[in-house]
Amino acid sequence: MNAETVNTPKVIVRDLNFYYGNYRALQDINLDIAEKMVTAFIGPSGCGKSTLLRTFNRMYQLYPKQKATGQIMLDGRNVLDPKQDLNMLRAKIGMVFQKPTPFPMSIYDNIAFGVKLYESLSRYEMDERVEWALKKAALWGEVSDKLKQSGTSLSGGQQQRLCIARAIAVKPQVLLLDEPTSALDPISTAHIEKLIDELKKEFTIVIVTHNMQQAARVSDYTAYMYLGDLIEFGDTSTVFTNPKRKETEDYITGRFG
Amino acid sequence: MLTLYTRRRIVNITGLLVSMLAMAFGLFWLCWILFTLLSHGLTALTPAVFSQMTPPPGSTGGLLNAIAGTLMMSLLGTLIGTPIGILAGTYLAEFGQRGWLAPVTRFINDILLSAPSIVIGLFVYEVYVIRVGHFSGWAGALALAIIVIPIVIRTTENMLRLIPNTLREAASALGAPQWKIVSFVTLRAARAGIITGVMLAIARISGETAPLLFTALNNQFWSADMNSPLANLPVVIFQFAMSPYEDWQHLAWAGALLITISVLTLNILARILFRQSATTH
Repeated sequence: MNAETVNTPKVIVRDLNFYYGNYRALQDINLDIAEKMVTAFIGPSGCGKSTLLRTFNRMYQLYPKQKATGQIMLDGRNVLDPKQDLNMLRAKIGMVFQKPTPFPMSIYDNIAFGVKLYESLSRYEMDERVEWALKKAALWGEVSDKLKQSGTSLSGGQQQRLCIARAIAVKPQVLLLDEPTSALDPISTAHIEKLIDELKKEFTIVIVTHNMQQAARVSDYTAYMYLGDLIEFGDTSTVFTNPKRKETEDYITGRFG
Repeated sequence: MLTLYTRRRIVNITGLLVSMLAMAFGLFWLCWILFTLLSHGLTALTPAVFSQMTPPPGSTGGLLNAIAGTLMMSLLGTLIGTPIGILAGTYLAEFGQRGWLAPVTRFINDILLSAPSIVIGLFVYEVYVIRVGHFSGWAGALALAIIVIPIVIRTTENMLRLIPNTLREAASALGAPQWKIVSFVTLRAARAGIITGVMLAIARISGETAPLLFTALNNQFWSADMNSPLANLPVVIFQFAMSPYEDWQHLAWAGALLITISVLTLNILARILFRQSATTH
């Protein structure tokens, strides 16, 4: 398939293949992620959309037997290059997971944890950074008077925004969201979607979602994947209103998947 | 001809009845043991038990030296065994995914976990007591530590494995190195469970007799010297209960009651602690 390009790419994926042991889960993926835009990966379960997302920060490296080949260029460097420093890569690429994952520490420390890995800030600067991140994640108003409380004491939707705050506190360039609202109620989901709209002014966002309406609402570009192949990629309104491929149309109209 | 539904009900009721009977059978002995212990032990539990030394036959006395000896050796055994156990358990759960070392360690640890405690006593006797030439509190603490280690390894590993992988991924996605993930995130998340394991280990060693028979032996007098034979509750109970003297037998009951109460308290505390942490996470 030809390379799918956008105007100002932040991440450029070329000939990406991914293997779980001998099983090939991604096949020759080519795709660009536009800077300061939202790109959504959609597709039925098992199509490889989360797998693709997890190659961007080499999350798969936690597990033996998983490997990726090809190129993922970020700022002119191949993310998959074994010489690429993993910690520095993850400072540039933040990630939020399906289930909220607050650390067993205070709200304040949850956010300071990541920042301390890369910067040594004074107490005052750290206070400011924590406040900045919580404000960006639209959580400051709800937790400003209980920063010393455990992060696990918050509600599910608040925990997820805490995780977003924790990811952006490090000031990454790219934010990966792996089905960030699938464990949340509709009100919390609306909060997060509104937040994504705000965050794209500063961050390049890639979101995996099961929910097609969500993809249509929040994203600028959409990639439809099926069985490890990238079937169609383009700007969201085109993919949803005038898909080029029959498979995409079947999926988004609900005839399949 | 019975309908399917009636037959299912009968099977259900029979099953329920049989399991309730089995439970009652088990509880019966437990209650009997506790009742015997309380009826003999409570009358023997006088203030003198806590203030006087173990007496020669025919005179009055208490268990103070044995209580102190047991506390000292249990504490020391726990202090030696806990850090080793937690570190080894952390290795097995967090670092040992690849290679042969972790599976082999886990297998050996399982053997150690179920090793009869008398074997551990004999081992310490052979490698320490014989070499030093005399029984001592150190040897007793060492034997107890060897019992603590596998228990703490097992609970630490199990508790760390209960921590969802997503938490490790989340910390890793921030770029945290593994030692930081383990010490600041997963160990902290598993803290209550690990402490529970340590408390259960203390409960286990505070009643062990066999390993102390070959190591600390006994001492009829007050001693806080870890380098000499040390009195301790289990061995005192063993000797006094077997003796023909009625005074000694009473003291043995008092000692047995003391150990049972402290083990029970530790178990209950461990349960409360674990339940509290389960509700906050």
